[in-house]
Amino acid sequence: MSIRHGLLALLAQGPRYGYQLRAEFESSTGSTWPLNIGQVYSTLSRLERDELVLRGDADEEGRFVYSITAEGTAEVRHWFATPVERTDRPRDELAIKLAMAVTTPGVDVADVVQTQRTATLRALQDLTRLKAGASAAPADPGEQAWRLVLESMVFHAEAEVRWLDHCESFMVRVTPPARPAAAPADAPKEARR
Amino acid sequence: MNVLRMRAVGRDHGSGAGLVRALRDIDLSVAGGEFVAVMGPSGSGKSTLLTLAGGLDTPTAGQVLVDGDDLGSLGPARLAALRRRRIGYVFQDLNLIPGLTAAENVMLPRELDGVRTRAARREARAALAEVGVGDLADRFPDEMSGGQQQRVAIARALVGDRGLVLTDEPTGALDSQTGDEVMRLLRTRCDAGAACLMVTHDARHAAWADRVVFLRDGALVDGTGARPGPDTLLEAGR
Repeated sequence: MSIRHGLLALLAQGPRYGYQLRAEFESSTGSTWPLNIGQVYSTLSRLERDELVLRGDADEEGRFVYSITAEGTAEVRHWFATPVERTDRPRDELAIKLAMAVTTPGVDVADVVQTQRTATLRALQDLTRLKAGASAAPADPGEQAWRLVLESMVFHAEAEVRWLDHCESFMVRVTPPARPAAAPADAPKEARR
Repeated sequence: MNVLRMRAVGRDHGSGAGLVRALRDIDLSVAGGEFVAVMGPSGSGKSTLLTLAGGLDTPTAGQVLVDGDDLGSLGPARLAALRRRRIGYVFQDLNLIPGLTAAENVMLPRELDGVRTRAARREARAALAEVGVGDLADRFPDEMSGGQQQRVAIARALVGDRGLVLTDEPTGALDSQTGDEVMRLLRTRCDAGAACLMVTHDARHAAWADRVVFLRDGALVDGTGARPGPDTLLEAGR
């Protein structure tokens, strides 16, 4: 997750203190990705090293104001103009689990799918409750940003359920039906529906 | 109080070697104020379940009760009256009558029920306003967008304070924004006390429900459980 670019994008709107950056980052993502202040300062010092931000002088309370440089502004512009790489996303534990379930003897893939589907649906219900409790058309930009982040999580959960549905029907299609024990081995195959 | 109660409901088609068990041993209740979604792939029996719940089809086993009345024990006239007065249907194909305006479409079931035209019109306008299309009362269906038509269909299902709303993929071909608005309306209706049963294959819409149950090959296999509320907390404390 690009905290680096998130902080740069906030600084592109004007100089800010470290604690301000933390608060604004969290409010615009609906506190989905809480930051600790240490992360903020370590990221800022790397940005300073790379000459993307400048640290000003300390005020009377010993706090530093950070501002963006011309290179920093160019970096933010480049970030918004560039798609996120697929490979930057973490490995999908669920895909790995299902792959293992299919190849491990004695594991009921349908059970694994259903257990996950119910859990994901519950998560989706929680997200939807948050959405239902808020205005359908928020006017505040912070609210709008939070809504987009929320919808991102909603769509991911939905995609997961659709993928699970797909896995289930795929496995039904490729798994040969259990034959009745009494059927002779050379019986002609019946046409399946 | 359960508005809808399905007890050990089954529905077979055909017999002998051609027997198809569309639904088996379905136990499902929907209380007033509760929104229940049934999810399942095509062919799992979702639509059959909904037509049985609405008295549009008859189970081959078990009972369906609406407000405590066993649908199987009612004669055709009383069943038709119960369907008209207490159950609202919203289906994917909206079944709006093309030659009638939005208001007339909403009025129709009330007039069939003996409500006078003037009162029915007043109710229809209120129901249309409630779903956000009060200004379209005099338009014909082909003068409205898909989303607006779906709102009219929902107004028709809700008019006259019906306690049970049954809906089959109500967001059909609507875009995600309009689909969300439709779900918001159904949610509001449930929060105001109606019982709502929706069948869908869409997880994003099912998630608006208090409880989601999964249908596979005609049987309920799992569910997300009830939304924690005062009643369930009381139940848990017993």
